[in-house]
Amino acid sequence: MTLWVAVVVAALIAFALKLAGFLVPESALSHPRARRVTAAIPVAMLAALVATQTFGGPEGTLVVDARLAAVGVAVVALLLRAPFLVVVVLGAATAAALRALGWG
Amino acid sequence: MTDPARPDPAAGQQHEPSRRVRGPLEPAPVQDAPLEPATPGSGPLSSAERRPILRQGISVALATGAYGVSVGALSVSAGLSVWQTCILSLVMFTGGSHFAFVGIIGTGGVAAAPAAIAAASMLGVRNGLYALELRRLLAVRGWRTPAAAHLTIDESTAVAVAQDDPRASRLGFWVTGLAVFVLWNLATLLGALVGDALGDPRTYGLDAAACAAFMALLWPRLRDRETVAIAVVGAVIALALLPALPAGIPVVLAALAALIAGRRP
Repeated sequence: MTLWVAVVVAALIAFALKLAGFLVPESALSHPRARRVTAAIPVAMLAALVATQTFGGPEGTLVVDARLAAVGVAVVALLLRAPFLVVVVLGAATAAALRALGWG
Repeated sequence: MTDPARPDPAAGQQHEPSRRVRGPLEPAPVQDAPLEPATPGSGPLSSAERRPILRQGISVALATGAYGVSVGALSVSAGLSVWQTCILSLVMFTGGSHFAFVGIIGTGGVAAAPAAIAAASMLGVRNGLYALELRRLLAVRGWRTPAAAHLTIDESTAVAVAQDDPRASRLGFWVTGLAVFVLWNLATLLGALVGDALGDPRTYGLDAAACAAFMALLWPRLRDRETVAIAVVGAVIALALLPALPAGIPVVLAALAALIAGRRP
């Protein structure tokens, strides 16, 4: 498989998954319990993404580094109702500053 | 910035008639039923109502652009060409999958392409799940269905579901989706072009920007004890499986935490 084939296949699958969500029959969602579970999936996955992007090291290791401090600062900013962009910039700046100081 | 701003009055107005006088082709407004205990104001959104949504969508897009530079830079350092990076940004258009794809190619090369496709696709499953939620809110038809599908990502979904009014949700979805699309593609192209000169994106904290962005997307959803429990269990599942499974798969399996929401009948 060439890299080009992989790029095109992965890109088309990503689009097909999005489109499928709009086209599957509505009846698949009619049960209230199924609907609640569906609505909760993004919460579980976003939490999983925060966790894996924060602690994920090379080759499946778990590491604590400047990213954890960045998420901590982001949470404080969110508690103070900072807008999205401020939260993200503070997170990046925290990690960059700590690394400039030689940690993480 | 004019591009993302242009469609929003249209988005608000085009959907608006379906709320009052339903045309023969309009579907039943199922999206209204479970979401609005009290009917919000009718008529198009005022500019005062529109402004915070525009601001939210564009600030989300600017933040996304900040880590788009990082993804573009990581993409070329993983061995993808600038064109391949642009195709992923334009057609795949989902940052988490793009991240996962280039990360796996970066460690395993072309031999790891099947794993890279699998991880990117499993991460992309969440967009399909977002679409299940969004189709009730957006009520799109015809050519707008593939357009809405293409713009169905974390950011546009988060802004759409954070609004109290379906009209505001639709505006938020389209503004955020289009603004992110424009800025994400410009940012990843920029990152791909300057990637080598930039050096390690970690120096600028761009990897931490992604963590903070996902946290900021999660935060407004943590409304009650049950959603907090789902988030914690999801994070624990992902971390527990991270050392054992290929990249991307722990995040997909973390979706099982959502079954907590099915306890009650």
